[in-house]
Amino acid sequence: MLSRTASNLYWIARYMERAETSARLLEVGARNALMPNIGGGMRNEWESVLNAHGTLNAFLDKYGDPVQRNVETFLFFDRENPSSIASCISAARENARIVRTALTTQMWDAINTAFQEVREMERTERSALPLSDLVEWTLRVCALVRGTIDATLLRNDGYHFLQLGYFIERADNTARLLDVKYYVLLPQVSMVGSGLDNFQWGTLLRALSAHRAFNWAYGGEITARKIADFLILNRQCPRSIYSCVSGITDHLDAVARGYGKSSAAQTQSRAMLAELAEMRVDHIFDEGMHEFLSRVIGDVNRLGFAVHDTYLSGDIK
Amino acid sequence: MSQYFNEMFDGASVRPPYSTLEHWAREMSADLRSLKQSEAEALFRRIGITFAVYGEGGDPDRLIPFDMFPRVFSAGEWRKLEAGVKQRARALNAFLADVYGRGEIVKAGRIPAHLVYKNAAYEKAAVGFMPPLGVFSHIVGIDLVRTGPEDFFVLEDNCRTPSGVSYMLENREIMMRMFPHLFQESRIAPVEAYPNLLKRTFASVAPQKCDRDPTIVILTPGHFNSAYYEHSFLADMMGVELVEGQDLFVSGDFCYMRTTEGPKKVDVIYRRLDDDFIDPLCFRPDSMLGVPGLMNVYRSGGVTICSAPGAGVADDKAIYTYVPEMVRFYLGEEPILANVPTWQCAKADDCKYVLENLKDLVVKEVHGSGGYGMLVGPKSTKEEIEIFRHKIEDRPDNYIAQPTLALSTCPTFVEDGVAPRHVDLRPYCLVGKDVELVPGGLTRVALTEGSLVVNSSQGGGVKDTWVMAE
Amino acid sequence: MKLQVRHKTTYRFDPPTRSMVQSLRLTPSAFEGQQINAWDITCDAGDCPVETGSSFTEGAGDHIMTVSVRGEVTEFTVTVTGEVETSDCSGVVKGLRDKVPPLAYLRQTTASWPNAVLKDLARDTLIDLGTAGVLQQAHALSKATSDALDFLPGETEASTSAAEAIGIGKGVCQDFTHVLIGMARASDIPARYVTGYLLSGSDGSAHEASHAWAELYVAGLGWVGFDAANECCPDERYIRLGSGFDAIDAAPIRGISVGEVDQEMLEELLVDVAVTQMQQ
Repeated sequence: MLSRTASNLYWIARYMERAETSARLLEVGARNALMPNIGGGMRNEWESVLNAHGTLNAFLDKYGDPVQRNVETFLFFDRENPSSIASCISAARENARIVRTALTTQMWDAINTAFQEVREMERTERSALPLSDLVEWTLRVCALVRGTIDATLLRNDGYHFLQLGYFIERADNTARLLDVKYYVLLPQVSMVGSGLDNFQWGTLLRALSAHRAFNWAYGGEITARKIADFLILNRQCPRSIYSCVSGITDHLDAVARGYGKSSAAQTQSRAMLAELAEMRVDHIFDEGMHEFLSRVIGDVNRLGFAVHDTYLSGDIK
Repeated sequence: MSQYFNEMFDGASVRPPYSTLEHWAREMSADLRSLKQSEAEALFRRIGITFAVYGEGGDPDRLIPFDMFPRVFSAGEWRKLEAGVKQRARALNAFLADVYGRGEIVKAGRIPAHLVYKNAAYEKAAVGFMPPLGVFSHIVGIDLVRTGPEDFFVLEDNCRTPSGVSYMLENREIMMRMFPHLFQESRIAPVEAYPNLLKRTFASVAPQKCDRDPTIVILTPGHFNSAYYEHSFLADMMGVELVEGQDLFVSGDFCYMRTTEGPKKVDVIYRRLDDDFIDPLCFRPDSMLGVPGLMNVYRSGGVTICSAPGAGVADDKAIYTYVPEMVRFYLGEEPILANVPTWQCAKADDCKYVLENLKDLVVKEVHGSGGYGMLVGPKSTKEEIEIFRHKIEDRPDNYIAQPTLALSTCPTFVEDGVAPRHVDLRPYCLVGKDVELVPGGLTRVALTEGSLVVNSSQGGGVKDTWVMAE
Repeated sequence: MKLQVRHKTTYRFDPPTRSMVQSLRLTPSAFEGQQINAWDITCDAGDCPVETGSSFTEGAGDHIMTVSVRGEVTEFTVTVTGEVETSDCSGVVKGLRDKVPPLAYLRQTTASWPNAVLKDLARDTLIDLGTAGVLQQAHALSKATSDALDFLPGETEASTSAAEAIGIGKGVCQDFTHVLIGMARASDIPARYVTGYLLSGSDGSAHEASHAWAELYVAGLGWVGFDAANECCPDERYIRLGSGFDAIDAAPIRGISVGEVDQEMLEELLVDVAVTQMQQ
């Protein structure tokens, strides 16, 4: 497969997953905003969302105060924001158009239709588009694209590069969301364990569509340890770091098997998976949640570079 | 009575190849028609065939109107066309091999040296290198018009990278899906073999150094190009990679593509970009679309480029006049297909005639394209004609003139039923180890009543083109 | 005359390039005016592997070779060494394996494009000659070029066109050559750009070891060299490397390197050429 084609597929997945994360963040913000302001001097909820998204400064430069309407615009519609849902879906569609023939009709249809609908929404009066609809639409579109991939795509190397894109983006996003919850949403250490703390953890779970799953798996009170265990180490949680790295490893293995050639990326992801498999939640808190998550974000980033260097750049080693 | 030849009717009676269709169209209700028309459009949109004919520009997401009424040739008509097109494709290739080699036709005085060698499309870099099998133009698109039952004229040759073949294939695909019974009732020669024949043609011109199944790629200028759909469609149908310049690189004696499994040697490149952009080390140094060093690999026999750089000199308007002469010179045959009579203003007698008859003629610039610098006498004002008169008097060698042709018409669905509209035809002749022509081509139709302009940028549409099986 | 050449070209890249490809027109072809006794091209890119290949003889008779380097290239050196036996043919190039029809060299390029000044100069130069043959016309155009420009390095750049050079009135051998071929083509005389080496004379008549001049086509005689910068026709002091439409087309080294697109790349070029006469 052409390196550029693999790269286009990989980026389709990353952009679709990123769009989904943006939608989930919008949802988190909306729910947090419903919470009475009990924290005194607490930061604006929407500011936290933008921080989690990594686009706070870009937002402040352009819009000033983070009020809901502007954040919605910024995270959903703004084409100048490369992580906005409209930008992500357009970028995914452009990548898809380039490799149109490597996709199935159903997959192309799903992405192309999403793109046409974004354009339609851009022409629609904003009052007709409540936030909940925007979020729901995005989650549905993302699920649809994933569904067409699962149901119709040949399990060849192209499929594996798509999955790599999804898992790498997701691992990064889960780690960032957790990190932000821990460091940004919570203004003071004294608040740990407070009612607000628990409300925010709950919101985070909801944003990851994992609220009910969490209850089934752990039950009872929401605590930071349980959450960390669930979102980092749990092998059943589809968004946990472990599941993502496990997915990355599986697909890197499949690619290496197919090509009859092992890769540096494979070695890296296996090492990461081995560490996570041995790890207990105590280790994470011993190391420090933020320190641990920063390390994970760095590792995932390096893994992304390794995939790029080995398969997507086409450079000769 | 119309002065134009109507391909369906002979007086009041329906000509045999159209008998099924005449009935079909007459029986079709207006409702069914509009239903089918929107179904066709939805199909085109779904497969993503948005396309502008190369060089016409325009919105890349635009659909070319598709007319459901097929254009039909009898087996006998096609036999003649096929022989004529193949003959012309062979002669054009012989000409190219000659003018980049010994130049016999020029030495024999059959074509003026300056028309060939001073021509902007004549590539110095191609001199002295004979591509595999001596083939320069592997896909020859010949634009034809018809003026009577037996009267076909060649309007133009396209020896570089003629576009539009995806329409030939998709139009047929869509007609078969929408009207299967038509294909059961009539025996229509299939065109679906084209991608395979194309691949076989490319494989047959693999370089001698290639000692295995040749790797073929299509080189596109990129996804912003108006014909990108066609490039990706053909790559998909042939099962070959669609590459951009950045996907290829030169190392040692060969050209490679960057794949997820490492470098893979490429043997045949079907390039859909112009000579100027192929290689910044040989042609335009500022081109980012091409592959640095590719021309060196090509000229040392490491890769085949289709069409060969320099092939464009054969389809130049000034050279066109001499194609019948090429047929005689290289093949020792009489041309089967006639040229449109052409007056060369460079010749004093011709120029005099042209200046006296400007209001009836079409005048073209020798090196112009896409309808620029053109005068259509019967459709021009006195002032426009006078301006052109001065231009011609100024630089007679820059102009040629042709009669305004009475293009044949073919029944076409219009607002309130079926009406005759003017059509042309572009068949795609493949030249490799064999010379082949699938029975069909791209029929373009001028959808505006009375219009003779079939270009998609000026209200032209396309039709499925049928050749009745023997 | 036996001439010895040592020609070293060094490219320095900062930041390093990711890859580079060059087309080398660096091997002289034999004809009556020169026989090649020895010729060697060495490429060096430090630790990076250098691939050479795709070599062939062009229609115009020049040997061409391709060199590519992968990896982080900081310095790349091409070294040419050779020995050529030359003789004075009064500029006439006989016996070169050249298949390109001379008419092809009537085409102007951006570098040779004649503006009104050049066209007028060409016309005025030829108008007095009456019915003189092409050879006299060629000599006259060469002389007109020599008269119109002062040889002065540093006044023009590699991208200066003939029209710009004539405006400046000064230039180096490249500018003299572009002016001459631009005027020749405008006068319907096929003309091409030639690169090569020149033995610097002790009399100070010749200016550079790495040199360029023009060849004009004279029916019956063939291609004839004119060195307007030195007001002469090439003789036994000249080694002819190759030809083309203009300086870019005929360049001994034509290359492209790939690096950080958004970063300003510093590409330093050092050329060191020596042509010496060997003891007989």
